[in-house]
Amino acid sequence: MIESSILWEETVQPGATWSHVLKRGTALRMTDVAGGANAGAIFYNFECPTERFNMPDTLKAQHIARLTEGFVLYSDMGRVLCSIIEDTVGWHDPLAGCSNRAMIADRYGDARYQECRNDYYKNARDSFLVELGKWGLGPRDLVANVNFFSRVDVAADGAMSFHAGNSQPGSYIDLRADMNVLTIVNTCPHPLDPNPKYDPKPVHLSIRRVGTAGPDDPCRLSRPENERGFTLTERYFL
Amino acid sequence: MSAIVESKLNPADAVYREVIPAGEPWIREIRKGQHFRIVDLGGNQAVDTLFYNAHDYSDRFSAQDTIREQRNIYLTTGTRLLSTAGTVLLTIVADTCGRHDTLGGACANESNMVRYAIEKRHMHACRSSFLKAVIDWDHGMSKRDITSNINFFMNVPVTPEGKLTFEDGISESGKYVEMRAETDVLALISNCPQLNNPCNGYDPTPVEILIWDSPEK
Repeated sequence: MIESSILWEETVQPGATWSHVLKRGTALRMTDVAGGANAGAIFYNFECPTERFNMPDTLKAQHIARLTEGFVLYSDMGRVLCSIIEDTVGWHDPLAGCSNRAMIADRYGDARYQECRNDYYKNARDSFLVELGKWGLGPRDLVANVNFFSRVDVAADGAMSFHAGNSQPGSYIDLRADMNVLTIVNTCPHPLDPNPKYDPKPVHLSIRRVGTAGPDDPCRLSRPENERGFTLTERYFL
Repeated sequence: MSAIVESKLNPADAVYREVIPAGEPWIREIRKGQHFRIVDLGGNQAVDTLFYNAHDYSDRFSAQDTIREQRNIYLTTGTRLLSTAGTVLLTIVADTCGRHDTLGGACANESNMVRYAIEKRHMHACRSSFLKAVIDWDHGMSKRDITSNINFFMNVPVTPEGKLTFEDGISESGKYVEMRAETDVLALISNCPQLNNPCNGYDPTPVEILIWDSPEK
């Protein structure tokens, strides 16, 4: 991997939202500075946002129910939006979806801006919808999301459970953009987080240039499906 | 989670019956209170299904919300099929198969190229059927409205290590799943044509739809 200097860094505050078009050949590093963070994220081909991250295509092409280094995020058009080129966390959750207003109110009560200013309680679904709105997108564009830094275990009988302590302080994940990817991230709590307190964590971001996937790219080589996915992605840009 | 429960409803009392051949879509509104049954006539046939709030198609079936709220990835009797806005669209009230999937999604020309071979783009796939159906429905729906679906009768196990596979089906000829509409819904089905994996037992077959008016009057 070509190491390159950081173009810029910033912090997504607890419960806050961020979006950016990751350019093909740049990588976004998300770092869980305090431990126990959750970064909900959705992804779109910026050039044609009806092409978007597809959770089932991502899981079944790679035979996975969790995300980590060596795997990629597929769009619904058979192309690779992003590759996980490095990951010190080991497990990210593609199953549990996102929090919503009723859930947050039920679990944590009300905390309005009037009383709490910018610490008012936020939920991921509203956060996604507002940020999508800024890009001219709406409810019909909201699809299944990834929860980075979080882990949900699935037992043999299908039972889902939140796995505490998955992400340690300082752990990070690098997402390389293999297309020009509209990326929306928020740091609202995971929808299965058992914490009785509303206590979202910040996530540190940095962007750097890493170049596109070469012939020996580990994500390309990790399975034949991904070899074909990268071929189709490269053809898109020809 | 698996809850084998038989329905008490008699097919002779159904107000609607239709057989969907393999590879065809089906789209119809179902009114609140009606019961909607899908019968796996040939055994091990994947039935890719989407539901929408009939009064607002942007309020649509959400796989992640549905499995998270029941804390289980498998759909069976008792499962409430939830929408993106938290609406309960339907409840599964009877199930003689015992397990249905909502992580495997629908096949597409594009995902088939990734999963099998670039040369397989031409093979018929569910997402083409979904798009054809919504175009013909002519209510302004488009690709934006096609999201992660249910696969009735399909077996897609997930392991504790975080792996996922398409296994041989556990359904059989005559098995069915029956749902009660908790609100007016639009139902969209693609009877899956996939030949590249065992989701249809390598032999896509017809399924039957039956609808009853509410027996709870």
